[in-house]
Amino acid sequence: MDQNLASLLYLGASVCFILALRGLSHPETSRGGNRLGMIGMAIAVAITLAMLPEIDFVLILAGVLVGGTIGTAIALKIQMTALPQLVAAFHSLVGLAAVFVAAAAFTNPAAYGLGAPGHIGAASLVEMSIGAGIGAITFTGSIIAFAKLQALMSGKPIIFPMQHWLNLGLGILTVLLVVWLSTAESGVAFWAIVAVSLALGVLIIIPIGGADMPVVISMLNSYSGWAACGIGFTLQNNLLIVAGALVGSSGAILSYVMCKGMNRSFVSVILGGFGGETAGPAAGEAGEKTYHQGAAADAAFMMRNADKVIIVPGYGFAVAQAQHALREMADLLKAEGVEVKYAVHPVAGRMPGHMNVLLAEANVPYDEVFEMAEINREFAEADVALVIGANDVTNPSARTDRSSPIYGMPILDVDKARQIFVIKRTMASGYAGVDNPLFYLDHNMMLLADAKKMCEDIVKALDR
Amino acid sequence: MTSHAFIEKAQGLAADAVELSQGLNELAHEAVGLAARGAETSGGTSPLVMGITVFVLAVFVGYHVVWRVTPALHSPLMSVTNAISSVIIVGGLIAAGAGGAGGAGFSEIMGFLAVTLASINIFGGFIVTQRMLAMFKRKQK
Repeated sequence: MDQNLASLLYLGASVCFILALRGLSHPETSRGGNRLGMIGMAIAVAITLAMLPEIDFVLILAGVLVGGTIGTAIALKIQMTALPQLVAAFHSLVGLAAVFVAAAAFTNPAAYGLGAPGHIGAASLVEMSIGAGIGAITFTGSIIAFAKLQALMSGKPIIFPMQHWLNLGLGILTVLLVVWLSTAESGVAFWAIVAVSLALGVLIIIPIGGADMPVVISMLNSYSGWAACGIGFTLQNNLLIVAGALVGSSGAILSYVMCKGMNRSFVSVILGGFGGETAGPAAGEAGEKTYHQGAAADAAFMMRNADKVIIVPGYGFAVAQAQHALREMADLLKAEGVEVKYAVHPVAGRMPGHMNVLLAEANVPYDEVFEMAEINREFAEADVALVIGANDVTNPSARTDRSSPIYGMPILDVDKARQIFVIKRTMASGYAGVDNPLFYLDHNMMLLADAKKMCEDIVKALDR
Repeated sequence: MTSHAFIEKAQGLAADAVELSQGLNELAHEAVGLAARGAETSGGTSPLVMGITVFVLAVFVGYHVVWRVTPALHSPLMSVTNAISSVIIVGGLIAAGAGGAGGAGFSEIMGFLAVTLASINIFGGFIVTQRMLAMFKRKQK
């Protein structure tokens, strides 16, 4: 195939990828966008194969068949609650693939038109090591993120003395290795870069606590894009550069949105050590304060007689898989003429948009689900605010208490509703380790139970 | 001339030939390297600069497109970008399909592994995105 024609078709594939992201601006156009993404990928693969001088199809077919089967099986079987882990696992694969491609290009540069072994241009070597290095960081970093999300390891930040200096040292070492590689084209240097980057990936993610995962997962998303970019520069392939840049900037924007949602700087998240699963440092205080404890029947009664109910789901809601029970409850309320809306905080759950997907899975219409900025004013006119497994994102001290670690974080103004119900398993404090004054308000009632169980109990009480 | 001397002479010649061929080999490598360097600078703009141009423009496009994504679809955004970044399968295909290019056994295996991993991601990523998006259909009330 003509090189120019191939480049133009690659450009077509790039446009498909851009339109795929563009489609996500609205749920109704999103499915078409996703299809365009698939078409773009198909074009990219077809053109690449058509451009190869002599093709050995055996390995290619084997790879696509094996990978395609595994990927399809996983995607069809995965539960929506396990989505954050899945995305983390997928990120790790992109990272590892980038390392493999860089290794292939390093050992067989002729196949990529980069010259003979031992005579690769310095620029190509630098590009290669960027692809391999970022790929390796993405790989191990994502594995740690996966392990934390899958609860294979504790979500607590792992911190040791001199941690950041060690990371900095390894970063400088990597740069020196890249210089060595580009001047001497040494295989040792190449593999040393990969090894150091693998270690860096682990070290960067371990100090970051479980509930900062929305930022981590977006950041790794971004890295996987930059890795693809590095490979794109190596292969002088514009499609890879465009796709990588799209993914890289997408991940970066998501990280920014998530940080903003927590009122924390990106740097402070990366440096880590914040929070963890601190269960009950607030216990001492809580012992003195009193709170009202209610039962399902109370909530059912109040909500049935309300005009407007706003539901605030959080991580506990996702863990309990309460989405179907909640939808059932909302349906019963709507049948009684109650207006039901959902309010989603940007950092609720473990990945961006986590709550929206769970609610959509339970057939909650997306036009009943609102972002914080859209709905925050409506709490004042709501008769009932029902908080399910959310804590810090409703903590009023973020507005008022300057000494609070979460001061300044944008929160859902749940406390302004006429009556609040908080479904929570225990009175323990949330991720930030701060006590939540919301719980002790006079117009709040604690429903201490598993979110799913409580929703089912409320449904039963409503049925009566 | 004794057969012994003859053999010695032949061995000497053979050694010379080997040396010559090695020299030739090195020359060929140098030529390839020079050609690559020539290609990098021919036509006024080096591929690196072209690449950077494309890169910077693509970052801007990505920035503007992604800010328009509705927050409700941030999860599908992550999974679809994940699938898209697996376009590095292109790099794997080149290595895996390089068949026969002398002594490329290792790079072919690397290519095969890259193709396999990227395929998991492409199929998995797009399908899981489609599953998610299918749930965001307008519901009859």
